[in-house]
Amino acid sequence: MLHQLEGSQAIAKAVALCRPGMVCAYPITPQTHIVEHLGELVHAGELWNCDYVNVESEMAAISVTIGSQAAGVRSYTATSSQGLLYMIEGVYNASGLELPIVMTLGNRAIGSPINIWNDHSDAMAVRDAGWIMLFPETNQEAADLHIQAFKIAETLQCPVMVCVDGFVLTHAYEQVDIPSQEMVDDFLPHYKPQVCLDVANPLAIGTMVPPEYFMEVRYLAHKKQFEALKIIEHEEKNFHEKFERHAGGLIRTYKTEGAETIIVAMGSVLGTIKDTVDELNAQGGKFGVVSIVSYRPFPSEALEAALAIAPHVVVVEKALAVGIGGILSQEVKLCLKNPRKKVSSIIAGLGGRAITKSMLKHCLEHDLHWEKILSWEEDHREIFLGLNHDTIKKEFESVKNCCCKQKENQ
Amino acid sequence: MTSLTIGNRLDDQDAAEQSKYDRHNSLTSGHRACQGCGEALAARCVIDAAHRVTGGNIAVVNATGCLEVFSCVYPENSWRVPWLHSLFGNTAAVATGVASAFALAGSKDTRVIAQGGDGSTFDIGLGCLSGMFDRNDDVLYVCYDNQAYMNTGVQRSSATPVFARTATTLPTKGYMGNSIGTGKNVPAIAMAHGIPYVATASIANIRDLEEKISKAILLRGSRYVHVHVPCPLGWGYPPSETIRMARMAVECGLFPLFEAENGVLVGSTPVDNPKPVDDYLRIQRRFAHLFGKNASPDSIEALQQIASRNIEKYRLSGELSHE
Repeated sequence: MLHQLEGSQAIAKAVALCRPGMVCAYPITPQTHIVEHLGELVHAGELWNCDYVNVESEMAAISVTIGSQAAGVRSYTATSSQGLLYMIEGVYNASGLELPIVMTLGNRAIGSPINIWNDHSDAMAVRDAGWIMLFPETNQEAADLHIQAFKIAETLQCPVMVCVDGFVLTHAYEQVDIPSQEMVDDFLPHYKPQVCLDVANPLAIGTMVPPEYFMEVRYLAHKKQFEALKIIEHEEKNFHEKFERHAGGLIRTYKTEGAETIIVAMGSVLGTIKDTVDELNAQGGKFGVVSIVSYRPFPSEALEAALAIAPHVVVVEKALAVGIGGILSQEVKLCLKNPRKKVSSIIAGLGGRAITKSMLKHCLEHDLHWEKILSWEEDHREIFLGLNHDTIKKEFESVKNCCCKQKENQ
Repeated sequence: MTSLTIGNRLDDQDAAEQSKYDRHNSLTSGHRACQGCGEALAARCVIDAAHRVTGGNIAVVNATGCLEVFSCVYPENSWRVPWLHSLFGNTAAVATGVASAFALAGSKDTRVIAQGGDGSTFDIGLGCLSGMFDRNDDVLYVCYDNQAYMNTGVQRSSATPVFARTATTLPTKGYMGNSIGTGKNVPAIAMAHGIPYVATASIANIRDLEEKISKAILLRGSRYVHVHVPCPLGWGYPPSETIRMARMAVECGLFPLFEAENGVLVGSTPVDNPKPVDDYLRIQRRFAHLFGKNASPDSIEALQQIASRNIEKYRLSGELSHE
């Protein structure tokens, strides 16, 4: 049924339909509305047979879900930014223990400087933590991916993080189709743990693993991610059959046929990118778009196939690895078999900086002009979209003045 | 007065769990603890006692530390109970999750024990522990206190006694080891949360330890039992002396044995004719710098005052005794 809902509410309703037995989180913007709404559902008895635990930190939030999931109960948590960093030890621990926890990450920048707005820095900080990481594009997809997330997690015994753009999605009101309980129950069976704490069958979970076995453990975690590629595709088809709409999968292509430049991105910015491409193509441009939905596992083969024909790939990314550049663009480069293919990186939207059609259009038409790119020097490896050079100049000046005075006083 | 004897001459109901031929032996032999390890002994007593009164209906969550490292290195495992290790600082929160899951699945009779050393309890895990107490989650938390980070090579924790030598408080000229006026009292912090049950216990008095655990495990809400477990390696004494060391700490008043319910002290084990702390300190290498060539009688006196204050504070002279 269609509802006019805030993204967070849509996610909360989708999670509730999955019947978790544990919801545990700690307040942090912009994730908070999700767990507030889940709390309401639990306390009103609408989500029954579920414990809602208010904790004192994100470390406790992930830990409570680790405990409940290890004891055989479907468990959910949510966080953002600093909160994710505060629980990072538990994030690695959950995947190491093979616990199919589902987490919503309301994507937000990482401080200092403190900033509550959207980018992908937080998700990038845990990209090697062994979780499956899915990036929805719209609120409808965000809700749908949570339903798929529990299924994928429990099939693989691997935690899944649904990375939802903070504010842009979490706080946006849109029409969202919330499926019925019967449909979700039909898609997502009752949770049966494969391994859990059991008095009748005492097992030790989380033992120390010495060097003789550790390599094998990590290798198996790597293999599991490759298996996940198949499961994610399978569940996308399965979901489409049951719910009659598309959500998830590994990647999605948009007007890539005959495109000379393909833009690759993740999350909510794809809407703006597709609109921009439509306008450019109407004027005779040859642009296409590839959306990455599954960031972990990284869909290398699917991506290589989708990008095979285009000579130029532009990655629009909402995170920056200082000292090296774009993160997503490096990973895209890694999966391309043709080393002569040009991959450009647009660093955009850091700390919630707006990404507008006109900015993208200007960048794609002028800054990333084909001949220009071929003659690029090393210091032009990435473009910072909408960077204000006056602010940077002023900052350099003020730092200079500030330092000198202090020294003089001493 | 409870006998210290754990021999088999007593009636079955008075005998210590550890003296019974059919004790569960929850932490089996073959683990990698050092000779004379107080923590290994205490952990077996605790889990065996809990196992007995619950009919084996328990699950254990273990913090990172000596106990975890020596008991469970893949592919070997010394635990004969369901056992989960997650991290160093989150044990109380993990136990909250486990207890919730059992309750949800209709196994409310399955009791959850969280256990860790003083490092995970006093320092890195105190936030999670306080959160668990605050919510009064249905978990028995047991702290095995050997008064320093033994697993990483004897560094100071906030349970380390004043003037003790550790690898990070090495006495030098003008510095007597761990500074006075620091440290924290976690049993008192637990009591301040008003949780149903708080107790201290010692491996020198196994009957008392077992009784407290047997009582605590059957209560509901958050319970905290703090066990004093000497460490031959970290304290510097022969492995054969572990029990004597624990007993001397009790007998001088430095480690008071008491029980509290809902934040109120309800009982303590009296110390008849308290021994001077001097006897207890002298035989440990970690206090050796207080004696000998550069002796520091002031420091010993300061420790004596701590013991005397304990005797007053926890009414160890006998007025509150329930024995």
